[in-house]
Amino acid sequence: MIQLTINGQPQQFESPINVTQLVDHLALHGKRIAIERNGEIIPRSQFSEQLLIHGDQLEVVVAVGGG
Amino acid sequence: MDNLVIAGKTYTSRLLVGTGKYKDFNETRAAVEASGAEIITVAIRRTNIGQNANEPNLLEVLPPSQYTLLPNTAGCYTLDDAVRTLRLARELLDGHSLVKLEVLGDPKTLYPNMVETLKAAEILIKEDFQVMVYTSDDPIIAKQLEDMGCVAVMPLASLIGSGMGILNPWNLQIIIDNAKIPVLVDAGVGTASDATIAMELGCDGVLMNTAIAAAKSPILMASAMRKAVEAGREAYLAGRMAKKLYSASPSSPPEGVIAQTEKITKRSASNKPR
Repeated sequence: MIQLTINGQPQQFESPINVTQLVDHLALHGKRIAIERNGEIIPRSQFSEQLLIHGDQLEVVVAVGGG
Repeated sequence: MDNLVIAGKTYTSRLLVGTGKYKDFNETRAAVEASGAEIITVAIRRTNIGQNANEPNLLEVLPPSQYTLLPNTAGCYTLDDAVRTLRLARELLDGHSLVKLEVLGDPKTLYPNMVETLKAAEILIKEDFQVMVYTSDDPIIAKQLEDMGCVAVMPLASLIGSGMGILNPWNLQIIIDNAKIPVLVDAGVGTASDATIAMELGCDGVLMNTAIAAAKSPILMASAMRKAVEAGREAYLAGRMAKKLYSASPSSPPEGVIAQTEKITKRSASNKPR
């Protein structure tokens, strides 16, 4: 069991997952998003390689209306 | 052709608009279209997790292929948050590096924290971002931001969202006179005449959001702002006449006026102030 903090909310997963699996889990596949892990950008090209581990802090962002 | 050039890219519109505070994406799109803006600001926010997966996305309504998106750091109160936000934005927008930096100092006024802004600008420029920077209307700070390598300085006309108009045209004038990079008024415009005044001062452009979004008819106001910015720019280029309290220089010929008017004009001429 691992715990990740995603956009400030803790979530448990049965086993370590990679970023592509996380994106699918969050139903964000194909959406225009960007992800930061522990303060560092994860390039989209590395989503399938990067394995998330217990305690990781993730920020998943989109573009919204703003001035 | 009189174009706006920012970081080597040419734009025909000198009006930049935000995309916040509209009632829905249809209104956002219609207002942006009516404004004629080519550069539009967007904010970067946490996505909803697990709820409403089919929520429409702003970038589907205003595609990056059609507009130059200017991601901002609105809501950031520290340089760390601002820098991280723009790194995320660059990843989100496939390496797009033109950004709007603002680091706020106070939630009540949304006045910029220039100490943090200067530090953030330095980091971002080192990382090859092209930084358009929201700033106080301090001419020295504006020059420092330019010297540091920002691609445009964007002083406030008055507080963000206030609609109070151009409160210190003289500071803006000094900033414009000193600058070799584009100066855009960002924040404080309330109505069309404010935008015109900014452009008549010699600003290279105006960035606004609330003045359009909070109008009773945002789409009509967007159109008004487009014309106001164009009118102000043309008036600036045309060069205004000098102000004279007593000109006594009528536009129509003074001779040949019928009947007794001649007597009055002669009397008035003898009273003319020195």
